[in-house]
Amino acid sequence: METFYWIDKLVLVLVLFLISLGIAAYQTYFERKLAGWIQDRVGPDRAGPFGILQPIADGVKMFMKEDFTPANADKWLFILGPGIAMFTSLITSSIIPWGTDLQLFGRSISLQVAEINIGILFAFGIISIGVYGIMIGGWASNNKYSLFGAIRASSQMISYELAMGISAITIIMISGSLDLRAIVESQHGMNWNIFYQPVAFVVFFICALAETNRAPFDLPECENELIGGYHTEYSSMKLGLFLFSEYVAMFVSSALMAILFFGGYNFPGMDYLKDSPNLLSIISVMVFFAKIFGFIFVFMWIRWTIPRFRFDQLMHLGWKVLIPIALVNMLVTGFVVALYEHWF
Amino acid sequence: MESLTNRKVVVSDKPMTFMEKLYIPGIIKGMLVTLRHMLMRRKTVKYPEEVREFAPVYRGMHVLKRDEQGRENCTACGLCAVACPAEAITMTSAERTKDQKDLYREEKYASMYEINMLRCIFCGLCEEACPKEAIFLTDRLVPTQFERGEFIYGKDKLVESTDHRIDITKRQFTGKRGTI
Repeated sequence: METFYWIDKLVLVLVLFLISLGIAAYQTYFERKLAGWIQDRVGPDRAGPFGILQPIADGVKMFMKEDFTPANADKWLFILGPGIAMFTSLITSSIIPWGTDLQLFGRSISLQVAEINIGILFAFGIISIGVYGIMIGGWASNNKYSLFGAIRASSQMISYELAMGISAITIIMISGSLDLRAIVESQHGMNWNIFYQPVAFVVFFICALAETNRAPFDLPECENELIGGYHTEYSSMKLGLFLFSEYVAMFVSSALMAILFFGGYNFPGMDYLKDSPNLLSIISVMVFFAKIFGFIFVFMWIRWTIPRFRFDQLMHLGWKVLIPIALVNMLVTGFVVALYEHWF
Repeated sequence: MESLTNRKVVVSDKPMTFMEKLYIPGIIKGMLVTLRHMLMRRKTVKYPEEVREFAPVYRGMHVLKRDEQGRENCTACGLCAVACPAEAITMTSAERTKDQKDLYREEKYASMYEINMLRCIFCGLCEEACPKEAIFLTDRLVPTQFERGEFIYGKDKLVESTDHRIDITKRQFTGKRGTI
């Protein structure tokens, strides 16, 4: 039993790892394709049919480039930066419940790597560590633009984490648990949190954009004023890891949003499939991924629509707009939840 | 002043209303614009596979024509070189000998005729200046090269071969020139 448990988990980890990287790779392809469509272009279409092999070509290109370390850079931190960025992006996917349990070989296999009961706390902890990857990378490069990018990144991520955390607290209050699985279960069927917490969702979504350094909050890497920001000095696969980790982070934060607000793997009419748990499991995973892809699409759609914020506007929005809104929303939610529990 | 185009917009500096300050309606409006563009038909011509049709008056690489009997039209009068605003054309003339009668149409011919394709601006003035209908601009493209010298086209590249005639009918009756 124990050995089977470990084998299950190992297989799941491996599959998740490959899926995260594969999705991140195809996100780069889809991002370019979508950018093309929005700008009335075709996008990459040379590598394979419809340019399907473009990510592979990009990966090969990244590996073939010269791996250059600047003379005055701190060598170990320079290597550590992209490593941390990639690690923190990937590790969050371990706590995400990807679907209902599978029934295989007479056993029930959970589609969640680590069933910890403080899932949300863990996710926020890891996301906060994510800033270290960028900060260390920017600092170790010993370049003023990199340092500017890193400072911007850290101040931006710290400011937006507050509003993000506060809007997540409202969800915790509603579902009464920090466990992601329990939060998903509480949104059974179509009973999604978005219908109760639209304001928290908007705040959370904006903060997720800022946390993943996506436009309109891509100040840390702003090409035209910081020449790439924190990864100015990076080349070859180290740069690839930074770019990749952004896409993995986008994937994971889309998954988190789907869990917290859009019912995770829940879909209307899932009770009809109670008798065939495997079918239910497969469909739930597909539904979950459909939601994730929806969010990823919106992320990209926004990126190619809205221009970048100025830095003071960014700070203004974070501290003077989003945090008060999130706070008021949290107080009202707490009040209503307390009323509901005591009087009804 | 009265606007001629009817597209004049008066710039105003009024403070933003509450809805405008929310930004979200504006952002959604912008996203709908990009969505519309996402679904539009693309106008891209995928070049190596499909080639866009040239305009009938397209001016590309030159050709030195031969007449029906396969004799070169050019008499090395030099009018094209004089007309050329970029000074891309140069030539030396020679006198036709008796046994060259089936090679050149008139007594004088160009023993050397060169066009520097890097200088040429493809204006077509050489074609207009030519009294013998010898030089024409065609819808062929000048291929790219790695060396500058390779862009100086001599008679080997410019004169059409008798068994592979270049069609210049589109350029012939443009109304600029009377018939000979």
